Order: sequence, then C-alpha cells, then structure tokens
Amino acid sequence: MQLLLFLILFPLITALFMLAVRRDTERNWIVKISALLIGAVTVLLLVTQFDKGTLYFGFDAEPVNLLMFVLEMGISLLILWFAVRYRNYLVIALTLVETALILWFEAAATPAVAVKSPLFIDQFSIIMALIVGIIGSLICVYSLGYMRHFYLNHTGIPDRTNTFFLIIFVFISAMFGLVFANSLIWVFFFWEVTTLCSFLLIGFTKTEEATKNAFTALWMNLLGGIAFAAAIVYLTYQPAGMLGLDQVLVSGKALILIPAALIGFAGLTKAAQMPFSSWLVGAMVAPTPVSALLHSSTMVKAGVYILVRFAPVFQGTIVGYTLAFVGAFTFLIASGIAISQTNAKRVLAYSTIANLGLVVACAGIGTAEAIWAAILLIIFHAISKSLMFLSVGTVEHRIKSREIEDMNGLIVRMPRIAAMMVIGIAGMFLAPFGMLISKWAAIQAFIDAPFGLVFVVILIFGSALTLFFWAKWMGKLLVITPDAENVEGLVDKNEWVALVSLAGLTAVTCFIFPLISAILIEPFLLSNYGTMAMISQDNIIIMVMMLFLIVLLPLSILLPHRKHRALPPYMGGVPATPDMHFQNALGARTEMKLANYYISPWFGEVRLARAGVCLCSVFIVIMFAAALVGGGIL
Amino acid sequence: MISLAGAVVFILLAPVIGGLIAGIDRKITAHMQGRVGPSILQPFYDVGKLFEKEDAVVNETQRFYVLSYFIFAIFTGALFFAGGNLLLVIFALTLAEVFLVLGAYAANSPYSHIGAERELIQIMAYEPMFLLAAVGMYVVTKSFNVSDIAGFPGLIFILLPGVFLGFIYVLTIKLRKSPFDISTSHHAHQEIVKGVMTEFSGPALGFIEVTHWYEVVFLLGFVYLFFAASPVLGIIAIIIVYLLELAIDNTNARVKWQLAVKSSWVVAIILGALNIAALYFIGRV
Repeated sequence: MQLLLFLILFPLITALFMLAVRRDTERNWIVKISALLIGAVTVLLLVTQFDKGTLYFGFDAEPVNLLMFVLEMGISLLILWFAVRYRNYLVIALTLVETALILWFEAAATPAVAVKSPLFIDQFSIIMALIVGIIGSLICVYSLGYMRHFYLNHTGIPDRTNTFFLIIFVFISAMFGLVFANSLIWVFFFWEVTTLCSFLLIGFTKTEEATKNAFTALWMNLLGGIAFAAAIVYLTYQPAGMLGLDQVLVSGKALILIPAALIGFAGLTKAAQMPFSSWLVGAMVAPTPVSALLHSSTMVKAGVYILVRFAPVFQGTIVGYTLAFVGAFTFLIASGIAISQTNAKRVLAYSTIANLGLVVACAGIGTAEAIWAAILLIIFHAISKSLMFLSVGTVEHRIKSREIEDMNGLIVRMPRIAAMMVIGIAGMFLAPFGMLISKWAAIQAFIDAPFGLVFVVILIFGSALTLFFWAKWMGKLLVITPDAENVEGLVDKNEWVALVSLAGLTAVTCFIFPLISAILIEPFLLSNYGTMAMISQDNIIIMVMMLFLIVLLPLSILLPHRKHRALPPYMGGVPATPDMHFQNALGARTEMKLANYYISPWFGEVRLARAGVCLCSVFIVIMFAAALVGGGIL
Repeated sequence: MISLAGAVVFILLAPVIGGLIAGIDRKITAHMQGRVGPSILQPFYDVGKLFEKEDAVVNETQRFYVLSYFIFAIFTGALFFAGGNLLLVIFALTLAEVFLVLGAYAANSPYSHIGAERELIQIMAYEPMFLLAAVGMYVVTKSFNVSDIAGFPGLIFILLPGVFLGFIYVLTIKLRKSPFDISTSHHAHQEIVKGVMTEFSGPALGFIEVTHWYEVVFLLGFVYLFFAASPVLGIIAIIIVYLLELAIDNTNARVKWQLAVKSSWVVAIILGALNIAALYFIGRV
C-alpha cells in the first residue's frame, strides 16, 4: 500500500519541484534521483509483492473522490480554455458532452459508486508498473541530454524544459495510478490525466503543425473518454460495488457487455487502433523522448492495459471477436504502410500501431493463451520500441535527419548508436528475440481459439510485411561505406546511460522471459482463467541456444583466418573510384547511390489507411450492435 | 522430443546428399537441354576449388554474415531433423536468410544491393505459405513438433493437398529455380549479375554453396513430412517434386518480382488457407 501510494504521489512531488528549479544542474540532479527512486521502488514492489497474489486495499475514499472530481472539472476547464483559444469547436463539443456525463455519474450517487477498495495490486499491475517505472525513468534520464540539444538546435523558441519535465512526471504518476486503480472512476480520472498530458506534450513545440496534431490526438482521445464515462454511467445503475474492476470481471457477461464494449472502444482510441491511428502518427512532431514515452511505456499501453483487464469478458463474444478483428486488421494494414515510409519515426509509429493491434487482437480473443501472448508483447514491445526511438533521437541530432536513406552506413559513421539500433530492430522481428517469441505465442493462441484460423492468416501475412521493413532498415544501417568518417563524437552521458540500459534489457529479457512468465504471467492467468499457458521447456532451451549463438558469432571476427585482399565492389566493369564515383555514358562523373525499395504503389499510406479506416469502422459498428442486441455471446 | 541423433546425422550427411542432388540436378538439366552435362560429382569439385581460391572480400564484415548464415541454416535443418518445433524451424530459417541479406547490404555494391532487396521480397513471398504449411500440419496432427508430425499414423497429404501444392509453389523460390530466381540464380549472367551473391567470392561463396545444399535437404525433408506415414511414398514424392521443379526451371522464363509476390500470396490464401479452413469445417460437422 505504501509503495503504491509512493509510486503515484512521488512523481507528483518531483513535478512540483520542477516548478521551482532554476539551474540546469539542480534539475539534472532532481530528475536523476527521482528516476532512480521510481525505478528502484518498482523493483522493490516486484520483490516484495510478486508472490502475494491479488491484494485489495480498502479505505475511506470519499475525500479522494471529491478531490478527483474537482481536478476532473479543472481538466475539462483547461481543455475548454485551449479549445476556445484555438477555436476548435469539435473539442469544445466533446468536452462539454464528457463533462455532462461526469456530472451525471457524480450526481447519481447510487450504491454502485461506493467501491470498497479503490486500489489493488496483482501480477499484471506489477508488470505494468515495472514497464512504467523502469522504461519511463530511463526516458526521463535520456530527456535531460536530449532537451539540452533540442534547445541548442532550436534557439528561436523560449526554453520550457521545466514544463516539459513537469508534464512527464505527472504523466508517469497518472500511469501508476491507472494500473493500481480498482475503482473504474479512478481509472477514468487517471485516463483523462494521460489524455491531457499527451495533448500538452504533442503540442509542446507550439508550432502550427504541433498544435494541429495535438488537437487531433485530443479529440480522438476525448471520444474514447466519452465512451469510458458512458460505461461508468451505465454501471452506476447496476448493483452495489459494480464500479470496481474486481466486481466487473466476475459479474457475468450479459450484464457487463455494453460497458465492456464502451471501454473497449475507449481502449481502441487510446491504443491508436484504426480508425484512430492518425493521432499517434501525428504525435511524431513532439520531441523524440515524448514519442518514446507515448509509444513504449505510457499512453498507448494504457489502452491495451484496460483491454487486457477486460479480456475475460470479451472471450467468446461477438464483441470480443469484432474487437480482435479491429486489432488484427490494424496489425496487417499498419505493417503494410510501414513498408512505404521513408521517415524513421513514421516507420516506428506504424510499427507501434501494428504491434498494439496484435495485442488488441489477443485481448479480444481473450483466452488464457492469447493473454499470455498479449502480456509478453506488451513487455517486449515497450523495451525494444523505446530503445529504437531514443536511438533515432540521438542520430537525428547528429545527422540532422530522420530519413532512413540518410542513415546509410551508420555503422561506420556512428558505430555505437548503430549497434544499439541493430539490437533494437533485431528485438522487433528476429528469432530468438522478444517480439518474435510473442508472435509465435500469438499464433499458438489463435490457432487453438474458435474461428482462430482467420487471425492466424492475418498474423502470418502481417509478420511477413514486418520482416521486410525492418530488415531493409537494418541493412541500410549496416552498409560499409569506405569513405565515411566517424561523426559519433561524444554522445551525451545521460542519453548513453538510457540507451545502454535499454539495449541490455532487450537482451536480458529474452534470457529471463521464462522466469517472468513463471512468477508473474502464469499466476495472473491462473487466478483469472484457472489455466496456464507457456512454451515448452525444450523450445526455451533451443531459443537460449540460438541467443548464445547470436551473442558468440560476432566474436568470429577474432578467429584466425587467411590473409585476405580487399577489392572494390563490382560495378559492371566501369572504372570507379574508392568512394564509389564512376564515369557515366556521357563521360560525366556520377556518384553511385543506393536506395531501398518502398513499394508505394502497393503500400502507399493514403490508400491503405483509407481502407483500414473504413474496414475497422465497420467492425466497431458491428461491435456496438452486438453489444446492444442481447450481448452477442457465442 | 528432441533427438540429437537426427541432428548429428543431418549435419554430417546433408552436405553429401545435397551435393549429390546438385550434381544430379545439373546432369538432368543438361539432358533436358540436349547436352551431356558434367559428372555428378562436379559440384564437389567446384566447391573444393572455391575453397582453394584467394580470400578476396569487399569488406571484413562479410565473413561474419556468411558464417552466421551458414551456422543458422545448419541449425534450421538440425532442429528439423531432431524433431523440433516446426514454427521455430521456420523462424530460424528466416534468421539465416536475413544474415545473407545483411551481408549483401554491407557490401555497398549496386548488384548485391538489388539482390538483397529482392531476396527480402522473396522471403516476404514464401514465408506465409511456409507458416501455413506448419499450421496445416498442426491442425491435422495437433502438434507443431516435427517428431509428432512424422509419427502421425495417417497420410497428411490426403488431408492437406492444397497446402502441399502451395508449398511446392513457393519451394521454387527457395530452390532458386526459374521462374522465381529473382534475387540470384545458378547462372551469373542475368540482369543483376549474381544478385545477392555478387560480392561473395572464393571460400565465402563456397560456404554459401554448401549452405544451399543443407537448405535443399531440409526443404526436401519438409516435402517428406507430408507423406511421413509411408516412407516409400515419401521418397517417391521427393523425387517427383524435384523432377517437377527441374521441368519448371527449364521451361519457364524469369518473372518480375511483383508477379512472384502476388502469385505466392494468392496461392497461400487459396490453396493454403482454404484447405485448412475446409479441415476446420469438416472437423466441426
């Protein structure tokens, strides 16, 4: 209980400090110490709580509820103020609707509202807390270096580093609140805080584009917020205690399916599933640590968190299957779009959307095996994706570009950062690394589920697309260009700490995932489903062997070998200089340039995104229709 | 259960069998083209000669990629013949292929670069069908383990004819035969020279050849799996399939990569997925 309160409140205290600090050194120390403390406490939480099962913490929550209500009204007013200032009528309308719904359930005050234990902790909460605590903290540390560079490069705008860290720490606090809250009203409160924080962070640079994209993110998430609030209103008129997650999940599907569909919808908006994927792509205008935070450990993970919590309700219902279809098609289509993207951050954005789609598909199917895969996906994705974003951020400051084509031969120009990126990419799609293990588990889970074949086929094609865009990026990084200079220089120490830690985590989690599964995921499944799921011992041993091989093979460079002669690449017989210039047919000196395939006629963003939006919208409509007509339980 | 013996036998015998298959391949191809052709042992002489050649590289990292490709391709086959998980086998195969592609990228050469892109496109084309074949076998035998699938009493082919045909279709890509020898071919006189392998020479190219032999044996092992209940039928199937691939190779011109990808995907969905869906349907009724 103390640990929970510490994790929720301590980041807020740090945030308050951010209002006061003036000097860079002070801020550096406060952020570093806070990050270390938050990380350490989440680990302490793991060590002390992992074998305790599910614990509920009951206390008189009335004063807190009142405070939350006041703060929620404050958030609504703040958003209204922004919306009026920028004349965004859609946001004004949505905020008013949402506020009305909040006032409705606050005024209703039925017995259902009284949740005995507003806070709780179980193994899944611990996993989420570890992701938020460790990865979130590392991103904070990285930001110290990044933001200094950022203002060196953008001298025109006023330095708002303090505001930046203030919002980030509030964000982290809200995420802890979200994963520990049992009362749905509390979950909703923290949900709204994350919406507000992401709005402020996306619009942080205050450029026209940033403001526009921030409002896109805002209205989409407000739509989700409205659905969430509507679900709470519905539950308010149910028997006592129904607003607690513990009650919701044991109350029988027929009763709960309508609010579950509403909350599922809210989860889709927050997890940036089609048709709401555009806000996450637009969020790329924010400083890179923000993207890392939104994509890996916070925001979008809040969306899938709530979906996984409700998975037992979704299991075996039409609502669940339509939800799973939205996720599966988002996975397929977003993976396709990623092939056509030349901008590194956009590739990462679409890959996030795709992977979240897979998690949503697992949650919608909702069997124990599917949830096992979903939780593994959440863990591995958080680590690899934050590593990728932070590396791209560092590279961007050095080479002044986010284009993948400009990263040609990065292994020569910035060897250490490129190595980090290669680890990150390998983590995203290659055996025996994390994401592939999860995809494997997902195939296994889908195939055993009723009507699972459709999802298997979508997954198989989606991962073939995934392979293409990751491998070609990796190849680009590993090109050996003979004439390039090393421009890596001194990478900021804070950035370096974060990058190395995340790369280490990518590798270590692959070794210890059976342990994570055994002490956290399997007990969670056992208490929620009564069954377990896991990969057999044999296969784990084989994967560990592969991992060792991959770690050992680079050492082969050290093996004794025959003397070799270096030759220039084959240029079709045309004389070429060592830096790959050659004489063309007209006698002019031409530089040889190589570029990747992007296959935009097939995988163009506009065409595919339109198809995805239409398709997924249809499934969402079917989902609500099924929820309304008698629950649609199969 | 994993049997180490299967893996060891594969590691020792596969290069011999693979090399012989390559020799027979060349002999039959020669006869189809009205030539006499080289001795069946010619592939061994060729590879032996490659290993005696000077070690000329574009850059040093190539050695690492070739070695990784070699080891993981062997790992793939060894895992298969040890009776391991079929999905993991396919993932390991992909890993091996990716190392080859990275080696081609690293060379910074126009021909090997295009070869690398096309090789990735080929992986994208064949992988769904491979995975569907594994899924189909799971649906029939309720296990992904090669040992269980091989021990299944019924003839898997009877239940999965569509999947089998689909597999044969993409097998052409893996065997690097026309019309799908897009990223590289057995002859270095196509429009992109030798594509993905252009910049590998001497011992490195020797290793790649041997790796291909390992791969061929593994792939034919996969074909055998469809007929595992009857070993005689399995051997006959392998022979027929290989002769069929040779006939296709010699009667077809190379197609564009677009057609290769599209047709492979269509085949995977129509022959592969529908076949499995039909099994589900029959199983339910």
